[in-house]
Amino acid sequence: MDLISDHISHRFGALEVLDDVSFTVRSGEVVAIVGPSGCGKSTLLSILGGLLQSSSGRAEWRGAPPPDSRNPLTFVFQDFALLPWCTVAENVEFPLLHAGLSEHERRAVVEDALRRTSLSDFCGAYPKQLSGGMRQRVGIARALAVRPAILLMDEPLSALDSQTRELLMEDFIRLLADGSMGAVYVTHNLEEAVRIADRIVVLSRRPGRIRQVVSIPLSRSERGDIHAREQLLALQSELWSLIREQAVEAEREVQHA
Amino acid sequence: MLDRAPAKASPPDDASTEARPVVFRGAGFAPKAGRYSGWIALVLVIGLWQLAGSAGWVNPLFLPPPTAIGLAIWKLAMSGALWNHVSASVVRIGSGWILGTMAGVAVGFAIGLSSLARGVGITFISALFPIPKIALLPLLILWLGIGEEPKIATIALGVFFSTAISVYSGVDAVPRNLIRMAQSFGVPFASIVRRVVWPGALPSILAGFRISASVALLLVVSAEMIGAQFGIGAFVLQAGNLMQTDQLLAGVVVLSLFGLAVGKLINWLETRLLHWR
Repeated sequence: MDLISDHISHRFGALEVLDDVSFTVRSGEVVAIVGPSGCGKSTLLSILGGLLQSSSGRAEWRGAPPPDSRNPLTFVFQDFALLPWCTVAENVEFPLLHAGLSEHERRAVVEDALRRTSLSDFCGAYPKQLSGGMRQRVGIARALAVRPAILLMDEPLSALDSQTRELLMEDFIRLLADGSMGAVYVTHNLEEAVRIADRIVVLSRRPGRIRQVVSIPLSRSERGDIHAREQLLALQSELWSLIREQAVEAEREVQHA
Repeated sequence: MLDRAPAKASPPDDASTEARPVVFRGAGFAPKAGRYSGWIALVLVIGLWQLAGSAGWVNPLFLPPPTAIGLAIWKLAMSGALWNHVSASVVRIGSGWILGTMAGVAVGFAIGLSSLARGVGITFISALFPIPKIALLPLLILWLGIGEEPKIATIALGVFFSTAISVYSGVDAVPRNLIRMAQSFGVPFASIVRRVVWPGALPSILAGFRISASVALLLVVSAEMIGAQFGIGAFVLQAGNLMQTDQLLAGVVVLSLFGLAVGKLINWLETRLLHWR
């Protein structure tokens, strides 16, 4: 299943946030969206996932989602968005409650999602009892439970410490390895972008327009190699040079606002 | 090569300046009530009060000692009068509170979830909430006749406004990211209300119940003082008119115990329903 951003523009009142953004996320592909603060990355993701109506242009999907997919476009949120009154297992089960599954089937799906995210031992815990990394794992387990075709990840690691980020990044790479699931990965962290994405969409400062689409010439499995490190750093540096000047201007704009 | 420091750092050997301990400056304000301090204070106050009565420091007509109040409660209980008064008040509070709460919860949710209801509802609530509801009792008597209905309606009105306000405040306080999360999974509206909005608003709703229970208690006493033969309010007023201060204070103690019991019930509900906090 492909996800298409078709000439999407958006404004909040008089504030123009996105301007004519078009690109396609192909089946199984991971596309990162980067850009200076306030360029409309999260707004674009909300539009792509149907949580915000664009002012013009539209988000479309083409092709058939996997037959067992219960929510083809599934979000993983920056702030985890877990129900604090539900246990880990109940949070993962939450989106399945209206999927027409029997209790037995739901339990099997929940157990599978918890096993894939190494949370089986914490199924009865409440979110307040978990660390930030574990909470995000619950968010990922909940997303996996509905078998998405494309994950929409809005800075999923930005609220976490660096060690947890590293561990979860490894989890993401492992989950996306077989190409059965694509992703749109919004981040301001260029290192994350070059590690996880097949292509990187670089947005300009507000109103966000596509400045460049950068393809990563290495497969994700090759990127762990020590020899690939230099190439990735060079890419990161290239991306930073694309963003830096505009990031400085955006920062200045925020300070003067 | 990294330059490594010895594992055990030695103290500075500069003996010419004297080392001074860093003074503890506090760890923020965190008042904590002692487990028994409240009870001890209560016993001390009652003891002092009893002493003042027994020693003749105060006229028992103006402030009867606790033993006299206890005796009055005992006599009222034995004669069955206490039950008559308490049951009349409980029926009025219960009916008024349930009616007001049901309407308040329904209107509060409507205001919290619908733009139309919000536009209309908040205007009316803002205009009518400040009116002392007891002032409406004569009008309600005119409309509903002399009987239980106007008293129950007065209590229901008082409870309705505070409940509606706490419910829509609670709905407003539900984190929007949780609602967006549910919408992103295509969860139907009714289920979002039941599984996300209701539990998210529950802390505020229970806090509102605490306030509305106090409002109900206040209004039942006022309404019974204006026009009732039975009820704690009527009993207190009658005792006051007859200068039976021990009986008057017996009524006040019963009211206090009733308020305490309602508070405990809400505490228990909070412990059961908000264990996840």
